[in-house]
Amino acid sequence: MAHMNMLQAINQALDIAMDSDPRVICFGEDVGGFGGVFRATSHLQEKYGKARCFNTPLVEQGIVGFANGLAAQGHRAVAEIQFADYIYPAFDQIVNESAKFRYRSGNLFNVGGLTIRTPYGGGISGGHYHSQSPEAYFAHTPGLKVVVPRNPHQAKGLLLAAIRDPNPVLFFEPKRLYRASSGEVPEGDYQLPLGEAEVVKEGADITLVAWGAQLPVVEEAAELAERDGISSEVIDLRSILPWDRDCVAESVFKTGRLVISHEAPLTGGFAAEIAAAIQQRCFLYLESPIARVTGLDTPFPLTLEKEYLPDALKVLEAIRASVNF
Amino acid sequence: MTRDTSSVHVPHFMTGDEWQVPTFALLRQDGSLHDGAEAPELTHDKALRIYRAMRFTRVLDERMLAAQRQGRLSFYLQSTGEEATVVGATAALQDDDMIMAQYREQGALAYRGFSIDEFMNQLFGNALDYGKGRQMPIHYGSAEYHYMTISSPLATQIPQAVGYAYGQKLDGEGRCTITFFGEGAASEGDFHAALNMASVHQVPVIFLCRNNGYAISTPVVEQFAADGIAPRAFGYRMHVIRVDGNDLLAVYQATLAARRLAVEENKPVLIEAMTYRLAAHSSSDDPSGYRSQKEEAAWREKDPLARMRHWLERQGWWDDDEERRLEEQLRDEMLAAMKRAERQPPPPLASLVSDVYDEVPAALAEQLAVLEAHVRRYPEEYPRGAAGLDAGAETAAGGQ
Repeated sequence: MAHMNMLQAINQALDIAMDSDPRVICFGEDVGGFGGVFRATSHLQEKYGKARCFNTPLVEQGIVGFANGLAAQGHRAVAEIQFADYIYPAFDQIVNESAKFRYRSGNLFNVGGLTIRTPYGGGISGGHYHSQSPEAYFAHTPGLKVVVPRNPHQAKGLLLAAIRDPNPVLFFEPKRLYRASSGEVPEGDYQLPLGEAEVVKEGADITLVAWGAQLPVVEEAAELAERDGISSEVIDLRSILPWDRDCVAESVFKTGRLVISHEAPLTGGFAAEIAAAIQQRCFLYLESPIARVTGLDTPFPLTLEKEYLPDALKVLEAIRASVNF
Repeated sequence: MTRDTSSVHVPHFMTGDEWQVPTFALLRQDGSLHDGAEAPELTHDKALRIYRAMRFTRVLDERMLAAQRQGRLSFYLQSTGEEATVVGATAALQDDDMIMAQYREQGALAYRGFSIDEFMNQLFGNALDYGKGRQMPIHYGSAEYHYMTISSPLATQIPQAVGYAYGQKLDGEGRCTITFFGEGAASEGDFHAALNMASVHQVPVIFLCRNNGYAISTPVVEQFAADGIAPRAFGYRMHVIRVDGNDLLAVYQATLAARRLAVEENKPVLIEAMTYRLAAHSSSDDPSGYRSQKEEAAWREKDPLARMRHWLERQGWWDDDEERRLEEQLRDEMLAAMKRAERQPPPPLASLVSDVYDEVPAALAEQLAVLEAHVRRYPEEYPRGAAGLDAGAETAAGGQ
């Protein structure tokens, strides 16, 4: 075990992936000698050479188009989109190409070697264009996997699994936690399962579901609720697509109450999908309406960022409202 | 930083009109060579393989358009008039070089040996279609013949070809990728992204633009203001050649040279083939609304098949009898293959959910189970699904 932050864990995962498989190639804007604007790819070019870790021109649709072709050819393409806010020029390549490559060819061809890494989320005074959480757009696209880690240990194990998964994976990195989150991380090579949620805290009265940067927020809310005598079960979804319905449903069978929280806007956010699926599975077990604590249906703000964000206090209020329903 | 340039001290604007791109041509319509032109080395066998693929494509297009008009097929898309561009370029490659086409390149598959039955199974979307009946007719794909499955969105294959070729360069086995697209698709952002990346990363890729005059109904004068597509290469410092796309020998020789640049020197090449879409855009289109019969007739005089045939006749390699025999044989074989394809069952119901991922996720398996129960309840409402109810366990598990 070693103590490190999330960026170091991601850097180590990329290093291990490139070291253990010569067909792993990392690229994107400023990814090469500079090591990425967040330094996630530090030293990879020095270690593995310019052919395997390099800068691309500033063109997201080109980066993902190139990555699709490289993956179809048989390499493991790990492309970085510098901010999730800038992934939209590549939307067509991801949604119409990556996601459908295997299906449309009847499995003659696939881009299973593709992983797209991209920092997402707010809380860093980034305004509209350095704060978005676009995971729900991609969760609406069969053929993709969508993964979001909550801490360094998770980031390393999930990223290694994503790179080696035989399907295209979007890996959303919570940039607010890049340096803020640190912890013990195994130094060796390990993977954590995609598509499986994790119960990070057991509890009896209410289930709290979140992912990525929102996990520490709901954990804090759970601690605050504990002072009111409310026992919360906290679930990290980890994968948005496919997502672990069984894990959430099992918990709600037990607690009868559910609060889901994400930074993205309310309408059409992924909490809506979870709420619909869980009310269908757990209808007769529910003691109160499923609640969503999310961003507002606005573009991401700047000066009033704290007011916009679904913080621990807002989650706590939702917990109280649910328990006192 | 830009390259070192001399400075000027009064405003000096440039338009690119200083650069004229000539058209490389070898063959006259009567099959003779232009003055000073020299035919590329082409063996008797290879020349006939090329011509048969061109003729195959022409006959396939005629037969399948007719089948579409009879209501036997939902959709079709001809490549009439562009056979020399597509077959000529393909013939200049190694048979295991990758092809990433747009959708009007059936000639490339015909040249590589994709069988009539393979064409028909895709066109009819039956249980033997490699694409499992998931895409509209003409969306062919073949791993065996290194032909990437067609995708309808335009130009997406162009940056993919750059990535594919980059992988080939890393593998170091001397292979390259060619990507075909129309002059309309070259307006897409993906085209520009791809050319720039290929040039920056020195990738063994050939960009072959079929400039056939129209993007559905939009003529080139409403598509771009410059002198065609070729000058765009200058902006990316890429090798470029413009070629008479109805001249098989010229397309062949240009692509042969382009392949050498790509594979031996890692220099990407843009080829602009000047040709004409003699047929409609697709079976859903009627060109009489946007172009004159006179214009079409003028291009029919430049038919690439006739030109190649005249050249073959001058070599003493082809005559009227052989032409008639080949046409009859192709028509008979296609008719029989069409009947075989029509008799095949549809893909099994379970193939709806396979290949979305490498394995069927649990939630999707549940959705299939619900659908199967529904189809069992109302089989007369879903005849295709009902026919394939019990055939699908294997397909649902993935694989080909």
